[in-house]
Amino acid sequence: MRAISDAIARGWLAMAGGRSPWGGGDGEPKGEDGGQPDEPAASGGDEPPAGSPPPKTPGPRNPWLPGGGPASGSSGPQGGEGGPRRAPSIEDIFRARTGPGRPVLGGSGFRLPPRADGRSWTPFVVGGAVLLWLALTTTHMIGPKEQGIVTTFGRYSRTIQPGVSLTLPWPIENVKIADVTSIKRDTIPEGEAEKLMLTSDQNLVDISYLVRWNIKDLKLYSFQLSDPDETVKEVAEAAMRASIAEVPLREAMGGTGRALVEQNVRARMQAILDAYRSGVLIQGVEIKKADPPQKVIDAFQKVTAAQQDAQREISNAQAFAQQVTARAQGDAAAFDKVYEQYRLAPEVTRKRMYYETMERVLSNNDKVIIAAPGVTSYLPLPELKKRAQQATASAATPDEGNR
Amino acid sequence: MAAFPALPRNNKPVLIGAIVLAVALLSSVTVVPETQQAVVVRFGQPVRVINMFRPNKDFGSTGAGLVLRIPFAEQLVRIDKRVLSVDMDRQQVLSIDQQRIEVDAYARFRIIDPVRMVRSAGTPERVEEQLQPILSSVLRQELGKRSFQSLLTAERGQAMTNIREGLDREAREYGAQVIDVRIKRADLPDGTPLESAFARMSAAREQEATTIIAQGQKNAQIIRATAEANAAKIYAEAFNKDPAFYDFYRAMQSYDATFSNSKNQGQSTILLSPDSDYLRQFKGKSGQ
Repeated sequence: MRAISDAIARGWLAMAGGRSPWGGGDGEPKGEDGGQPDEPAASGGDEPPAGSPPPKTPGPRNPWLPGGGPASGSSGPQGGEGGPRRAPSIEDIFRARTGPGRPVLGGSGFRLPPRADGRSWTPFVVGGAVLLWLALTTTHMIGPKEQGIVTTFGRYSRTIQPGVSLTLPWPIENVKIADVTSIKRDTIPEGEAEKLMLTSDQNLVDISYLVRWNIKDLKLYSFQLSDPDETVKEVAEAAMRASIAEVPLREAMGGTGRALVEQNVRARMQAILDAYRSGVLIQGVEIKKADPPQKVIDAFQKVTAAQQDAQREISNAQAFAQQVTARAQGDAAAFDKVYEQYRLAPEVTRKRMYYETMERVLSNNDKVIIAAPGVTSYLPLPELKKRAQQATASAATPDEGNR
Repeated sequence: MAAFPALPRNNKPVLIGAIVLAVALLSSVTVVPETQQAVVVRFGQPVRVINMFRPNKDFGSTGAGLVLRIPFAEQLVRIDKRVLSVDMDRQQVLSIDQQRIEVDAYARFRIIDPVRMVRSAGTPERVEEQLQPILSSVLRQELGKRSFQSLLTAERGQAMTNIREGLDREAREYGAQVIDVRIKRADLPDGTPLESAFARMSAAREQEATTIIAQGQKNAQIIRATAEANAAKIYAEAFNKDPAFYDFYRAMQSYDATFSNSKNQGQSTILLSPDSDYLRQFKGKSGQ
């Protein structure tokens, strides 16, 4: 009992910048073991208290006071040997309890040279540890993107905002810091696996998408769901299936339908997550890929090819149409021009055109003029043919002409 | 020590007493975090609930935190207060039109009656185990009433509500409330159904391809015909001003093209009668 109260009293002193409970604890029993004559009660756990304890107790109870302190401190190293000589006392029991802490501190006492006044370093070590503990568990740096949840003995107390915040030390208040503004990205499915979903026209489409989200309410996020991250993924899955099942394949793969699906999924997810009070905000859903399944991709490519074929047909037809129309316009314009002139002098123009044309025609061809009526002329057809061939074959093959 | 001047003789019992007291104090105080609710069980009887779930209570005012209990006599059974999940294994469901579909679903639940839960199931994990087969059977029952098409689309919403209610009824027995049931996946099973779906898709694409080509050809024809009609109209408008002159004009062009074409020069022999109009002046007659 006394040892406990001693330890407590020393502990308080240690807190106040005095000696540490362990440093003192080391010293005190040893001092007693050293057999200081004025402390019969200390060694007298087993023997009947011969002396009158009340007046003497102040002595051992205040070993940190000048006089008692240095003596016990300096006798520290020898103290360990003194134990076994005695029968077990309360102090021994207590010492055994505090045992695990002793070797370390005692060890440091051995290694470090004693301070100028011969006291142990342990108080400083312990004091430093306490200060460190206080410093680490009471001040919290919250980064600009973060928030912290403070719990007092497990009970939610407050949410701390970016900056430096003070809380009670660790076992009393606990702080959990989380990044709330950074956007988390979940790609579903992970990797390159094919993820087939059924569309409203019972076709399959291979979908891969990305969900971007962040924490809207850290309190809800921390306490409401057992696994919020997994929940987001599952909800995304369910919402995406539901939305894809509402559109036909063409829209699921095409541009406008895709945007609609994305919007739908986002709204759906947000509604579900809000219903769970998950504290999650869906920033967006993007369909990265909406392709036909691998097995039928050939058929889809055929469609693309067919579209190009059809386009080509149409282009050709349009080119032809341009040509025909332009030709017609040109012919019509030419006729109009000529007709304009013709109307000014019909007779002359008509004759002129006739002669000019006849000139071109007759000058390029053989002419036979049958002068008198009644004369039947003999038409030398082979001769004609030969001459025609001669004309076309030209000078390169003169033999042929003679044949 | 000054407080115990008369006690040194009984040091040992006092110390032991103090230790016992300290242990008792420590064991009579416990922490229940926000994420848990705890049932205090006294000699096997649940006596009270700490930090029980209440829908409208905000965190911080629910009763979490330091809690006193009678040491040794009372035990705390800690139960997760958060929303928990039951994942159903993938299973095949037969729709009313005899189509197979593979369904993957999950349910979200929460323990709202911890005492009942402790009595009936013991732990939330057990509740989850109990709910799993129930979810399966409720799901199969409910989806089995529907056609394949309605499984896929909007009617899913109503189906889900029914399933949730069915599961919730059962879950209440375990002190749990089912918040939501969702179908994560609804796929055609591997093998024949999937293959035939692929085959159907391929056939549909091929049909589409054929249609597209036919449509393209049709459009091309229409474009050509329209152009020709257009041209005819242009010609008619121009030539109709004087059909007789057109006849002459076009004849001249035609003679040119036929007889004085550079490609077939000299191939024709033209017999001219002296009476022909062209040779009219050849005879030297004047006039006429």
